[in-house]
Amino acid sequence: MVDAVSAFIGQQAAAEGSSLTALGPGAVPISLKVNGVAQTLQVEPRMTLAEALRGPLGLTGTKVACDRGACSACTVWLDGTTVCSCMTLAVEVAGRSVTTIEGLANGSQLHPVQAAFIEHDALQCGFCTPGMVMSCAALLERSPDPTAEEVQRAISGHICRCGTYPHVVAATLAAAKA
Amino acid sequence: MAADGTTRTEKFPFGIASVGLGEVDRQVPIDEPPPLAPNAELAVIGKPIPRQNGRAKVTGATRFTVDVTLPGMLYGKILRSPLPHAEIRAIDVSAAARHPGVCAVLPVARSDDPSASVVRYIGAPVAAIAAVTMAAAEEALRLIRVDYNLLPFVVDVDKARESTAPLVHDSGSVPPGHASGFPAPTGLPLNGNVRGPAVASRGDVAQGFAQAGVVVEGEYRTQVQTHCCMEPHAIVADWRPDGLTVYMSTQFTAGVRHELAAEFGLPLSRVRVVVDGMGGGFGSKSMLSKYGRVAVALSRQAQAPVRIALDREEEQMDSGNRPGTWQRLRIGARRDGSLTAISLVGYGTAGVGLGAGVGNIAQALYACPNFETAQFDVFTNAGPGCAMRGPGNTPGAWGLEQAIDELALRLSIDPVVLRDRIDPSPVRREERRIGADRIGWQHRHAPGADPGPIKRGLGVAQSLWGANVQINSACEVRVMRDGSVEVLSGVQDIGTGIGTVLAQVVAEVFGLRPEDIAIRIGDTDFPAGPPSYGSRTTASITPPARTAAWRVLQELYREAALALNAATGDLTASAGRIFVRDEPSRGMNFGEAAARLRTDQISAVASRSDDYGGFRRRMGDAALAEQDLGGVQFAQVAVDTETGIIRVERVVAVQDCGRPINPLQIESQVQGGVLMGLSYALYENRILDQHTGRMVNPNLEQYKLAGPREAPAIDVVVLENYQGQSATDAYGIAEPSNIATAPAIANAVYNAIGVRLRSTPMTPAAVFAALGKVPSGSQ
Repeated sequence: MVDAVSAFIGQQAAAEGSSLTALGPGAVPISLKVNGVAQTLQVEPRMTLAEALRGPLGLTGTKVACDRGACSACTVWLDGTTVCSCMTLAVEVAGRSVTTIEGLANGSQLHPVQAAFIEHDALQCGFCTPGMVMSCAALLERSPDPTAEEVQRAISGHICRCGTYPHVVAATLAAAKA
Repeated sequence: MAADGTTRTEKFPFGIASVGLGEVDRQVPIDEPPPLAPNAELAVIGKPIPRQNGRAKVTGATRFTVDVTLPGMLYGKILRSPLPHAEIRAIDVSAAARHPGVCAVLPVARSDDPSASVVRYIGAPVAAIAAVTMAAAEEALRLIRVDYNLLPFVVDVDKARESTAPLVHDSGSVPPGHASGFPAPTGLPLNGNVRGPAVASRGDVAQGFAQAGVVVEGEYRTQVQTHCCMEPHAIVADWRPDGLTVYMSTQFTAGVRHELAAEFGLPLSRVRVVVDGMGGGFGSKSMLSKYGRVAVALSRQAQAPVRIALDREEEQMDSGNRPGTWQRLRIGARRDGSLTAISLVGYGTAGVGLGAGVGNIAQALYACPNFETAQFDVFTNAGPGCAMRGPGNTPGAWGLEQAIDELALRLSIDPVVLRDRIDPSPVRREERRIGADRIGWQHRHAPGADPGPIKRGLGVAQSLWGANVQINSACEVRVMRDGSVEVLSGVQDIGTGIGTVLAQVVAEVFGLRPEDIAIRIGDTDFPAGPPSYGSRTTASITPPARTAAWRVLQELYREAALALNAATGDLTASAGRIFVRDEPSRGMNFGEAAARLRTDQISAVASRSDDYGGFRRRMGDAALAEQDLGGVQFAQVAVDTETGIIRVERVVAVQDCGRPINPLQIESQVQGGVLMGLSYALYENRILDQHTGRMVNPNLEQYKLAGPREAPAIDVVVLENYQGQSATDAYGIAEPSNIATAPAIANAVYNAIGVRLRSTPMTPAAVFAALGKVPSGSQ
């Protein structure tokens, strides 16, 4: 069935003279940059970016909680923009640059948002924290001096069952001042 | 007591710090430390120290159970019933067993065993697979053939109460206890799907109502709430010939070890349970659970480690939930407000499980000589409920605290003043005083007084929770010859920050900084720790931690005393030094004292002693302290009468937890309790389709949760309430902070619009119905 679909897509692509190529269902090679390091991976087309990061790349800091784009726990940066890595296929990111929570600090020097999260206790169980940090750090990239409302909007897709939202907002505002 | 030489008399600080402290005499075991001074006199206890595992959490380094990968690890997946009630005639796993990559196949339901041949809710485990990849496990799951015979079912609690309703259980299948592991009252009658009543009473209720000048009566309903832990329930089971190691997202390492040993016939010494990062439990990760048993059985069968992590739909259907409740509450009072009688009838459903109820808050919060309650469990074909943050008292307070609000209105007495008259607790009196002041209670207007379409209101409600203690709690403290210090206990950090709290307690004893203390917890290789449920972790494990550290310090003092030519009793430890108390220059660094040890390491293990003033009640490994925990919360809401949207603008939460150890972490937990209560009041709702028994919102987008933009300004105040009960005098905060929020919001909504909403969640449709803008029931 999957083979038939691939073949069909391939025929369509050929017929339309487009550059579409059929991939899969077996693993295909992709090259990408993860936290500044070039990586080549074998991924099945059904593999999500979150699975690729957590599995073959061993970067388990990225968390999966809903696996359908409803909670933002899996947020990473794709070419500097936040995406849900559970809603992004690994094959889509070939040739692109991914930043994960493991790549946010500058060596042992924490990103100001990370440091502020610790200081303001903007985490409890910590499971939603990596995604939350990535969204808050991305906000400061595009808006260095946000209002509390802008921080709330930036994290509005995130779910934290421990209820850290007030401290997350306080931490991000403090990081902006740092 | 003192006469036998096992205890000594000590004077402890006693009372509420903001009101003024007195003293109380207590008998202290002679091998326990002297009284701890009030927080104002301490170096690190009571200070807002950032949590010690914060860096690991913000860098993604923390290893949660879902991150544990062992060599040769297999992926387990559970086949779940698609039907709400069915007899299984046959299960054929042969094709699944032949599928490439499959290493173990385990039937869970069995057609040949009458006790295991019936599934009673959608999501009930039927069989399980372990395979080399998750994809292979999922593919194999689809190859299992199950022949189901659909049986009549009922998922609606009101319909389940009818005498003609399909029966959920037969006499043999009623669970023996609550899903949370607590024993259920036995010997209660079962009529159809209704089990009970569990009764409690005092005085003469009929006489009490005859004495009443005013009687209020109302029916209150709460929905089913699901836990929605961000980390799913997860386990990695590693069965080996020499023993079993389990990595599990659990609230109770020691308890899971006991369950595993009993279930698989292993000695405790051959079972190890480990948890590092733990992504939230809220009551649902207290037990081994079925998926845990399945993972271990698969590992034993495959002779390889097996990881099972539930997906979000499994989480929503079968990882426990807060039972739905209905209660009719009747309260009688004299004109001065004093209560004469309380009568409560409650029906709740924990699905196929037991444990639905509205707790004991109605009988315990206020002084009232006459009380009676009858509470029933109603079985439905839905996933079993379990404990969730403040079980019983959270839905209980939803009814009680609205009824008290209504009573105040009928008596024309301010709700705060009424509570001052009927609530005997001096702690909550002070909490009301502080909270009323902070929220601006004196500006509260009459119900519905705002002229425009957006109407504001203020409300108040109170919380009550038992101060639980786990006697079976132990902690080891080690000092190394290089002066480094280690704390070891099986206790787990489920996000509350208990590791940081332990570091503070031990650092205070040694005169060190919290960051000097290495914390090793979440592993049954260490002395058995308490569970992290029932708000008992801090109360249970901090006293033995301080005691163990104090005993080690006495040993260190002996070495230092020799070198300083001083008496051990004259030494003290502070600011990284050990010195003669009255002559600070005569001393040495902590590390210099440690270097004099005769061995590389000294250590002491201490366990939780009884509260110095005695317990109210003991139940096996657990006990209930004399004093209760509580809190008073005030809410300010804005109700848009044109859209029906309720916005909570502000909450003031004034709480108590004995001696607060880390105010920063306490503030975090109280904010979390408030937000979970707000979410319960306004948004969350497990919806089951009456015709199929299926949950229609088993995810995180249609199951509505409060998000960042729904978070109000939350003002947290924590009292220091000293009782002289243990080496730390510290108690819990998690559950008390959740109980009062929803009724405080409901009372504020009443104050805003002048109409009372008695069911959760208070949706815009419910607001419209209450305002008469749409016919009731059209929501």
